[in-house]
Amino acid sequence: MSRPGLTHERLVALFLLGVFLFTPPFLGIFNTPDRILGLPSLYLYLFGAWALLIVLVTLAIESSDADDGHARTEEASPGGSEATNDRTGA
Amino acid sequence: MLTAPTIVIIAFLYLCLLFAIAYYGDKRADRGQSIISNPYIYALSIAVYCTSWTFYGSVGRAASSGVGFLPIYIGPTLTFILGWYLIRKIIRISKVNRITSIADFIASRYGKSSNLGGLVTIIAVVGILPYISLQLKAISMSFSVLLGYPEIVMPAQSGSTPVLQDTALYVALVMAAFAILFGTRHIDASEHHEGMVAAIAFESVVKLLAFLAVGVFVTYGVYDGFGDLFSRAASSGDLAKLFTIDVDTGYTSWISLTVLAMLAIFVLPRQFQVLVVENVDERHVKKAVWLFPLYLLLINIFVLPIAFGGLLHFPQGSVDADTFVLTLPMAERQQTIALLAFIGGLSAATGMMIVETVALSTMVCNDLVMPTLLRFGRLHLSERRDLTGVPLAIRRGAIVVIVLLGYAYVRLIGETYALVTIGLVSFVAAAQFAPAIIGGILWTGATKAGALAGLTAGFLVWIYTLLLPSFARSGWIGESFVKDGPFGFAVLRPYELFGLSGLDSIAHALFWTTVVNVGLYVAVSLVTSQTIIERSQANQFVEIFGRAAPGERIWRGRATIGDLRRLLARFIGEPLAEAAFRRLARERNRRLDDASPADADIVSNVERQLAGAIGASSARIMVASVLREEMHDIDEVMQILDEASELIVYSRRLEEKSQELEAATNELRAANERLKELDKLKDDFVTTVSHELRTPLTSIRSFSEIVHDHPDLPIEERREFLQIIVQESERLTRLLNDILDLAKMEAGKIEWHMADIAPRAAIEQALAATKGLVRKHGKVQLETALEDDLPIVHVDADRLMQVIVNLISNAVKFSDKETGWVRLEARREDGALRVDVRDNGIGIDKKDHSRIFERFQQAGNTLTEKPAGTGLGLPISREILRHFSGEIWVESEIGKGATFSFRIPAAGTRDAVAAPPSGSALEAVE
Repeated sequence: MSRPGLTHERLVALFLLGVFLFTPPFLGIFNTPDRILGLPSLYLYLFGAWALLIVLVTLAIESSDADDGHARTEEASPGGSEATNDRTGA
Repeated sequence: MLTAPTIVIIAFLYLCLLFAIAYYGDKRADRGQSIISNPYIYALSIAVYCTSWTFYGSVGRAASSGVGFLPIYIGPTLTFILGWYLIRKIIRISKVNRITSIADFIASRYGKSSNLGGLVTIIAVVGILPYISLQLKAISMSFSVLLGYPEIVMPAQSGSTPVLQDTALYVALVMAAFAILFGTRHIDASEHHEGMVAAIAFESVVKLLAFLAVGVFVTYGVYDGFGDLFSRAASSGDLAKLFTIDVDTGYTSWISLTVLAMLAIFVLPRQFQVLVVENVDERHVKKAVWLFPLYLLLINIFVLPIAFGGLLHFPQGSVDADTFVLTLPMAERQQTIALLAFIGGLSAATGMMIVETVALSTMVCNDLVMPTLLRFGRLHLSERRDLTGVPLAIRRGAIVVIVLLGYAYVRLIGETYALVTIGLVSFVAAAQFAPAIIGGILWTGATKAGALAGLTAGFLVWIYTLLLPSFARSGWIGESFVKDGPFGFAVLRPYELFGLSGLDSIAHALFWTTVVNVGLYVAVSLVTSQTIIERSQANQFVEIFGRAAPGERIWRGRATIGDLRRLLARFIGEPLAEAAFRRLARERNRRLDDASPADADIVSNVERQLAGAIGASSARIMVASVLREEMHDIDEVMQILDEASELIVYSRRLEEKSQELEAATNELRAANERLKELDKLKDDFVTTVSHELRTPLTSIRSFSEIVHDHPDLPIEERREFLQIIVQESERLTRLLNDILDLAKMEAGKIEWHMADIAPRAAIEQALAATKGLVRKHGKVQLETALEDDLPIVHVDADRLMQVIVNLISNAVKFSDKETGWVRLEARREDGALRVDVRDNGIGIDKKDHSRIFERFQQAGNTLTEKPAGTGLGLPISREILRHFSGEIWVESEIGKGATFSFRIPAAGTRDAVAAPPSGSALEAVE
């Protein structure tokens, strides 16, 4: 079973970026009463960073063909691979 | 004009539309044409996360804490970035195990423990109940606010309305009906509720559009865009502080809410339901990881503008901020938008209630009621064949009970909190599942005892730090419980446990529940051990991407396939059970006879089928009851394994031993054969030697007696007799010499003087030595033809001579005295010395060719013809040549003479090591 190799790593990196963007102290930089383009800086920053993150995630996952191979999950167990133990079954 | 009938009719029509969509979805699904099998519907159904709490409550929270509501939506965004791995893994595990709920998931991971499943169910029901009542509260509140149109009147305490006039009750009953109709149609819960999901997705669209409509209206209709709105807020003094987060308390709250929301997005029962159970194709996760966060972003953009709009529009405190979405359009006399907002809120609330009640009822049925009934034998399994109705009835009953409990809760307690706070209390309860789930799919070592300990402790701390204080606020318990701590113990104050202050109640509860939950989960897991089924489940969960095989089981019980078929039919009905077995037979490519015993493969397959209907732990109990025997406990299994492996080693050793023994026996038998042969040969040899010796001895003795007894014998005759005696004595001596020679040679006791010599000298010497013999033998001619270029050979010269002398004298002896000739030729042939001794004598029969090289064997009949030699010359010659690495053979026919030939490899070309001094007498006869 292949792991979504690089995609997986990129997504973890983006997750860490998200944690960094949305937690203090970095968040604190924008935590001021100033307004930019008429909008409160924190409000603008949060939605801006959020949108950026969504775009990056979209790029990361849609650019890859991450694991389309083993798509639809099987409802039942994969045939026959289940180990049996007849010795003790008797 | 918005009158009560109008509103009710419109709301009713909306709900009818919902029913129609769900009905259509189910019909399509029945025909195999799924309308939900695409990533967009999947992402929209996940948006059931946004309840009336989002729709009304976010604005309320924004009005008091600015952007402080956002972590509830940023958290899920962060989780979804990891969703491609995390959520897909949970989905994969759930599909393989036919997981039907979050309780099922946790129970299944920790050895299909029904205790654990039950505990999770109880936590979920107790924790989520306030959340359901929150939806009811939101609907009844919005209804009564809208009813006041165009006046804006805050609703009276809902507790004061008579029950039968309370909208919340009717909404609750309609929701129960919907959940029963579309959530409990199937008996196999792991099949998808397509109609329900379709309706939920539709509701997600409605609530998003409604909220955006209100947002655009407030921002651009009431005010002059974002800039205008925010600059007015900034200039109104008090509101400007909402632009920022309070550094002292806001940050901890911010972080704790983010964490809480990150967990809630997959541990809330309804989120687990839509994310995992209702997922039809795990590829849909790929789109959902960005579509769902995008949805969250869109629905939140206008929260802050609406909050500011409301705060600017209404005098401070005159209107509840939770109702701004509704009251702002009302204040502007916009009937349509107000109605749209109401419908949006209604859809947000109903969507949550439908999925939540279905999820909870499944858990209550599969993980609480069924295992209990089964355990206490209340189902009378032996008496009632068809049990398909039982889980359905339990689920439907559970839905009604949960909805009514939610209603009771809102009547009794719901008025004291703002919407957001109630929701967060539920979040913290659900977050208790997170360690068991995340640990469960990443850490194989986590044990059932650890999960039980962590969950129990976390739940108890949740009750103490959040539930009891909420009771205290509604007056059920004295206020002093919160203010002064129980019985005045200040250190146990539920909002400042052990003196931990400075946190809001949610962050405080999250901290303590996490500490005890994770702490005990890890610590107890480290000191307890897993049973065999726990270990197998743990490996399967953690390694779900790593291996294809679901966990194997070791059953000792005995059941026939028929037993299992009947068991399955009882719970999912005859036709479905038959279909399942037919599918199984086809997949496994084997016949499934009712009478034949079920092996582990069939058993676990049936167990999984059953788990889809009644949950993993119930299924286990049922299957175990049919198998009539429990699983082996781990020690027993280990012992069996040990014994088995010992046996294998032992039998392998035994096999080796018996093979060795067989080989030894064969060798012995061969040796015995050889010994027997040797013995016979020895006897033959002795017999022959005696016979050979007796002939000359008899002759000597009789002539000696004649001479002795007849002293008057004429001198001529006497001389003749003495002559015979001398000849016979010589013969005897020769014979003895030869015997001695051969024996020595065969025993390897003879001394060889090996040297590289030119063979010509030895051949000439031999010719000289036989001259006398030839001359004595009448007119026999001896011719020689020696090539000049004879190869050097590595031989003992005397022995070589002996061979040549033997051959010449043999040839001469058997030649005709008158016309006989003997011809000796020596030449180089293929780098070897080849010597032929040819005669025109009587010849040798073909059958005697090999026999004559054996001792005392002469051609012809030795009894009737006079022996013409000792019979040992040729065996000796062969022995000598064998030592020279050469060979000797004869070509002859009766009456046509004979050719004796031998060949000796040239010095240096033959094997570096001289042929072994030929050993036993045995080889000599071979």
